[in-house]
Amino acid sequence: MAQTQSGAEGTHSLPALLHRNAAQFGDAPAYREKEFGIWQCWSWAETSAEVRSLALGFLEVGVEKGDHIAVIGRNRPAHYWAMVAAQMVGAVPVPLYQDAVAEEMAYVMEHCGAKYVVCGDQEQVDKVIEIQENLSQIKHILYTDKRGMRKYDHSQMNALEDIMADGNAGHARFDAELDKRISEITYDDTCVMLYTSGTTGKPKGVVLSNRNVIESAKNSADFDHLKRDEDILSYLPMAWVGDFIFSIGQAYWCGFCVNCPESAETMMTDLREIGPTYFFAPPRVFETQLTNVMIRMEDAGKLKQRMFHHFMAHAKRVGGLLLDGKPVGFGDRLKYALGNMLVYGPLKDTLGYGRFRVGYTAGEAIGPEIFDFYRSLGINLKQLYGQTEATVFITVQPDGEVRADTVGVPAPDVELKIDDTGEIYYRSPGVFVEYFKNPDSTASTKDAEGWVATGDAGFIEEGSGHLRIIDRAKDVGKMADGSMFAPKYVENKLKFYPDILEVVLFGNGKDRCVAFINIDLTAVGNWAERNNIAYGSYQELTANPRVLETIKSHVEEVNKSVAADEMLSGCQVHRFVVLHKELDADDGEITRTRKVRRGFVEDKYADIIAALYDGSSSVSTTTEVTYEDGRKGSISATLEIVDAPVVAVAQHKVAAE
Amino acid sequence: MLDAADGYVTEDGRQIGGVVMEMKNITLRFGGVVAIKDISFDIREGEIRAIIGPNGAGKSSMLNVISGFYVPQEGEVWFHGAPRPQMRPYEVARQGIARTFQNIALFEGMSVLDNVMTGRLNYMKTNIFQQALWKGKAEAEETENREAVEKIIDFLEIQHIRKTPVSRLPYGLKKRVELARALAAEPKLLLLDEPMAGMNVEEKEDMSRFVLDVNDEFGTTIALIEHDMGVVMDLSDRVVVMDYGRKIGDGTPDEVRNNQEVIDAYLGVSHD
Repeated sequence: MAQTQSGAEGTHSLPALLHRNAAQFGDAPAYREKEFGIWQCWSWAETSAEVRSLALGFLEVGVEKGDHIAVIGRNRPAHYWAMVAAQMVGAVPVPLYQDAVAEEMAYVMEHCGAKYVVCGDQEQVDKVIEIQENLSQIKHILYTDKRGMRKYDHSQMNALEDIMADGNAGHARFDAELDKRISEITYDDTCVMLYTSGTTGKPKGVVLSNRNVIESAKNSADFDHLKRDEDILSYLPMAWVGDFIFSIGQAYWCGFCVNCPESAETMMTDLREIGPTYFFAPPRVFETQLTNVMIRMEDAGKLKQRMFHHFMAHAKRVGGLLLDGKPVGFGDRLKYALGNMLVYGPLKDTLGYGRFRVGYTAGEAIGPEIFDFYRSLGINLKQLYGQTEATVFITVQPDGEVRADTVGVPAPDVELKIDDTGEIYYRSPGVFVEYFKNPDSTASTKDAEGWVATGDAGFIEEGSGHLRIIDRAKDVGKMADGSMFAPKYVENKLKFYPDILEVVLFGNGKDRCVAFINIDLTAVGNWAERNNIAYGSYQELTANPRVLETIKSHVEEVNKSVAADEMLSGCQVHRFVVLHKELDADDGEITRTRKVRRGFVEDKYADIIAALYDGSSSVSTTTEVTYEDGRKGSISATLEIVDAPVVAVAQHKVAAE
Repeated sequence: MLDAADGYVTEDGRQIGGVVMEMKNITLRFGGVVAIKDISFDIREGEIRAIIGPNGAGKSSMLNVISGFYVPQEGEVWFHGAPRPQMRPYEVARQGIARTFQNIALFEGMSVLDNVMTGRLNYMKTNIFQQALWKGKAEAEETENREAVEKIIDFLEIQHIRKTPVSRLPYGLKKRVELARALAAEPKLLLLDEPMAGMNVEEKEDMSRFVLDVNDEFGTTIALIEHDMGVVMDLSDRVVVMDYGRKIGDGTPDEVRNNQEVIDAYLGVSHD
């Protein structure tokens, strides 16, 4: 290992890793996709051939070095291949969120200057054509699914499989050029560009180099002993850094198999069929699954219900300890084993976690109750803390040191420091190269020594050395009386209730806190059905007095538990409304990764917040909504404001004395 | 534009072929009631042909004549250039005609997959005993037919309900499953009886897209009955308008829209 390795040899680019995998274990499965009701499989050797034809096809349509190729579509092998093929020809792949509306997409496309676009299907092609009217840079559109595409003008458009065939046919002409381009790839060349969803402002294009991606993949794979025989399910947005690292970075580094679901609707069935050994999901997925389990248990027979609750109580007590390898009495072990036979095992199998070896949740803080539920079943779910700018990994929880309230110790090769204001900084081999065409933001985020500001506030726990995140640094504030305001803490407690989908807490600088609550239509709808409550729409359901009553009781319980925390007792919810619409990414209220854009929500619903504070008992409001096809409409509603019982803090102090 | 014996080109550039089916002076009576009175029109290869009209105009009766379920007292149905004799339903199916029903006629207790598989019945050659033993010929046959069915499931985007019993599905999806079953027969002529009835706007849009896609992808000739004028005018290449069992208009959507008799039938005229 004298000089920099490059090109087709070595492990310094994804094409090189692909080459290595195909040569060393060409017959092992690399990709599976369920299509026409069966899992279709591609080995590493086949994948290598497919990616190469795709790269030849890119040369055929004229892709130059340094061009950007946007990829918009659901998780499919062809889209992953397109990204690696783009790297082979020296281009930069830019995966985009497929559910973005055209105008959102237009900004990103213009910013990265993509000349080529790989679209999943007709829907995406239509959006790109709409954008193209104002954006002449797009030279060629490629698409995966041929359905409905016959009538389109194909002068600047091709099916992906057609350019693969063309590329193969012309391989004599392109082979030399392709090999040359592959050999020119260096460790510091751009591997991928990912747009951050951005809870504030416009998306920023994060440039990650081969070094960033491969070093991060290598370190994290070693950390969790990931091997070649892992199976993962790739269902998270391809534009998200997590999916890029797991489905491409680690998959290529370790050589494990990436499984793509048949469609978004079949994800849960496919999860069960694959039974991934290594799994990654944002808290939302675990919340939804838990909600579904709880709903189904409520519909179950009496005996099953009693068995479930009895053994879950036991699991809650000893399950987590067993998983961490802590000492547990023989009787408890025996009972846990029995529970595993009767309840935990079948439940894990139903959820698709029968083979679960290690998994992570990240992207947002997970409610401790939700986290403990999965761990108590013996599912080795851990937390990590990461960012696009860090190529995911900042801190991770090692096996045996998993807790709901921390996010673990610094990942291998990551240095951490906390500044005076409590903001977390890190430095690692995964630190991004730059924000594309945005030197100002690059400079304000990353200093000359390579330290990156996370924008999150936290502290390193004495003794264990684990990092604890308090909240987004800019979200943490002070109440009027000077006590700490950390909205996420309260929101997560509320979100554990299956009826509650989303919560936004307000109160920074005020004397008390108020909250917006979104009900979970699946859970509340099911409850309404069982209780013979008729409702015509989501809006009608949210205004139902009995729904409000239930939510009020949840808020009351949470207030009690919040009051017990000395530091945050000021964050109790005094008044709340159940919003008449779900917060939606199409309306800009949450990001595509489902994080609440606080500032935006605060501005948009200023009238409701004002009513929450001025003591009125209801508020009439009109809200603009964006439909899936980009059209706008509006809904108006009169929302009832509910006063929630709070625990007097003074009383708490007395109790504490 | 309609006079060429071997077809025409539609507005969006599709080539429509020769006559597949021709109604010649059809009259259908139930006792003293005349449901259809002396109607003639043709259906050409590859087109989407709509039959519209107010309630009780005889649309469904007309579709039943086309499908061979009703035999008209007068007139002849010509299919592929020859008069069609009276046929049993399975014979009609073998000729490449499939249909959906106004009020869904699926097997409620069976899964979506099984329902769609029934559409393949004409392609199964093994007998009940071979199927009971399953191994060998019957297995190969099922695999082959399952593949065809899976392509249709993929086409109509109903993968997520593949194993769901039909009785648990909402109305709009049931309609889609019915279409899937009809398509499984790989028909040359597809008859749709009010495919959009009772649907909300979104479901209608979905269904319209599927009808167009079927026509585009498989080149299937489609004859449909529909109430919703907006849908009809957007979808179809040519429209027959019926009122009280008579044909009062026939032509492209634009021609029909401007036909005074059609306007009268739909909006009503004052008789003073």
